[in-house]
Amino acid sequence: MAQKTVLRKPKGFMDVYKHKPGTEKDRTHYCPGCGHGILHKLIAEALEDFAVIDKTILISPVGCSVFAYYYFDTGNFQAAHGRAPAVGTAVSRANPDSIVISYQGDGDLAAIGGNNILQAANRGENMVVFFVNNAIYGMTGGQMAPTTLEGQKTTTTPYGRNPLSDGYPMQMCELLNQLTAPVYITRTSLHDMANIRKTRQAVRKAIRYASEKKGFSFVEVLSMCPSGWKMDAVRAQQWIKEKMIPRFPLMVLRDNAENTGPIERPVPVLDPEEVKKVLGYDTFETTGFKKRPGTMFRKVALRVAGFGGQGIMSTGIALANVGMKYGYNVSWLPSYGPEMRGGTANCSVKIQEDSIGAAECTEPNMVIAMNQPSLEKFEKLLVPDGILIYNSTLIDVEPSRKDIRVCPVPITGIADELGDTRVQSMVSVGAFAAVTGMFDPEEIKSLMPTLFAGKSEKVRKLNEEAVQKGYDHVKRNF
Amino acid sequence: MNKQWEYPYPEIDPDICKGCKLCVAACPKNVLVISSKLNSKGFHYSEYVGEGCIGCGNCFYVCPEPSAVTVYLRNYVEGEVS
Ligand SMILES: Cc1ncc(C[n+]2csc(CCOP(=O)(O)OP(=O)(O)O)c2C)c(N)n1
Ligand code: SF4
Ligand code: SF4
Repeated sequence: MAQKTVLRKPKGFMDVYKHKPGTEKDRTHYCPGCGHGILHKLIAEALEDFAVIDKTILISPVGCSVFAYYYFDTGNFQAAHGRAPAVGTAVSRANPDSIVISYQGDGDLAAIGGNNILQAANRGENMVVFFVNNAIYGMTGGQMAPTTLEGQKTTTTPYGRNPLSDGYPMQMCELLNQLTAPVYITRTSLHDMANIRKTRQAVRKAIRYASEKKGFSFVEVLSMCPSGWKMDAVRAQQWIKEKMIPRFPLMVLRDNAENTGPIERPVPVLDPEEVKKVLGYDTFETTGFKKRPGTMFRKVALRVAGFGGQGIMSTGIALANVGMKYGYNVSWLPSYGPEMRGGTANCSVKIQEDSIGAAECTEPNMVIAMNQPSLEKFEKLLVPDGILIYNSTLIDVEPSRKDIRVCPVPITGIADELGDTRVQSMVSVGAFAAVTGMFDPEEIKSLMPTLFAGKSEKVRKLNEEAVQKGYDHVKRNF
Repeated sequence: MNKQWEYPYPEIDPDICKGCKLCVAACPKNVLVISSKLNSKGFHYSEYVGEGCIGCGNCFYVCPEPSAVTVYLRNYVEGEVS
């Protein structure tokens, strides 16, 4: 690059900050002496010098630099608090040839976004993260940040940060240095000219690495916040030198670019046919069984609930599969949680002609309750006139609502008579078929090879019987 | 660019300067001073005393305000750098 004859506002900045509201479109919103402006300038200069302004996408954080997109003449995103590395990941994956810069403060990156940065670094995303460490939340008025020094007074640590109640300053470079993927990790400072020039070199190196697709670079910059620290800018530089550097030593923690080739990500599989194949749905066909337009249920919104181990999820999956075989739109949404260990487990199933929006059935028109707690929990959610199938083997209290249709079926008992309580699931599928009139038990039985793929003939037969028994019971009694 | 100049010098936009004094502290030749005058934002802005600049660029790089400082480096005559 030819030697410069003039040092002037770099082209990486907008000429006029036209997106900035108000009249002051010729200056930044930063406080006098704020380190953000210095780092901005170093970045903007490098983007111009490397002629990469047009292929750079900058992600602004939440914090004082939230408005970085007013200033940089690059592509810009503004991410939710702490999420710049996740947004940067998406941008980088979608535009692998672009230079992605995540620009973040220490509250943003190390507090609310602590995990985001670790994960992006761990994946070695091809991006540069500029991490402005000013030991404080600047924008919100000088609260403690993860990087606040021991003993440092902030608005939320008026007696000084006490590690016993507030923890120790977090050293993000050192933390990230535990990960395998990052290519370049360094900590620099803005406290004097020599170090501003070192920061400049680090900025340029990191941007160059990104343009060479070397992966994840992390540049931490110790930076003045004269307003938050309540001192003038020159004194703030001194404060960095005296207080911050002993805790945040300036050094290159890693520089592996020499040994790293350009990142080549596996090409994502986007072809739907290909996806179906991997998921084993390539041979899936609807049966061609005729839908029954006259059935009472045009739209099933079902909640199946019971103890973990009662085959609740299997019932849901079986019904969703059956519905799909018949060419309906279906969804199945399990709700696990601590309930996996006893208590109630449940799932939502939708089967309908129309396309499905939310998969959760908050207002089911049908509930299959396999035990008492499920009955109590889901009976009240049923819409008026909705249908409640309940397992009368295990539930001996009558449902209380009078505006619903109730259908007790001794599901566990029927299964037990068949010699295996595990077929409870298929008993309830049979009962469902009888109640809704959507499917014929014979048709469901013909699907056994799909529903019980890989299971023995004996298991299939038993489950066929279970479907029939559940179906017959409902037909006989209601 | 057809401008030419004999000695390096900084140009500080008195209206954009926020008077943070970083450039004053960073200047190795002490040729920047804070004006006794206020700009339209109420800041005492930084000024070049008029001679002594060696074109080190410190004030440019230390200034947080992108367009406050411009530094004309070296003795520049169009087309050649000395
Ligand atoms: C989800 C969410 N939580 C909290 C806030 C409030 N908030 C705005 S900026 C900020 C801290 C920013 O501090 P830092 O990242 O250190 O940046 P600085 O302002 O110091 O540059 C917080 C907590 C928010 N905007 N959004
Ligand atoms: S509060 Fe601090 S970090 Fe924010 S703009 Fe002002 S000096 Fe900069
Ligand atoms: S560093 Fe910039 S804003 Fe600060 S006094 Fe100098 S010219 Fe003004």
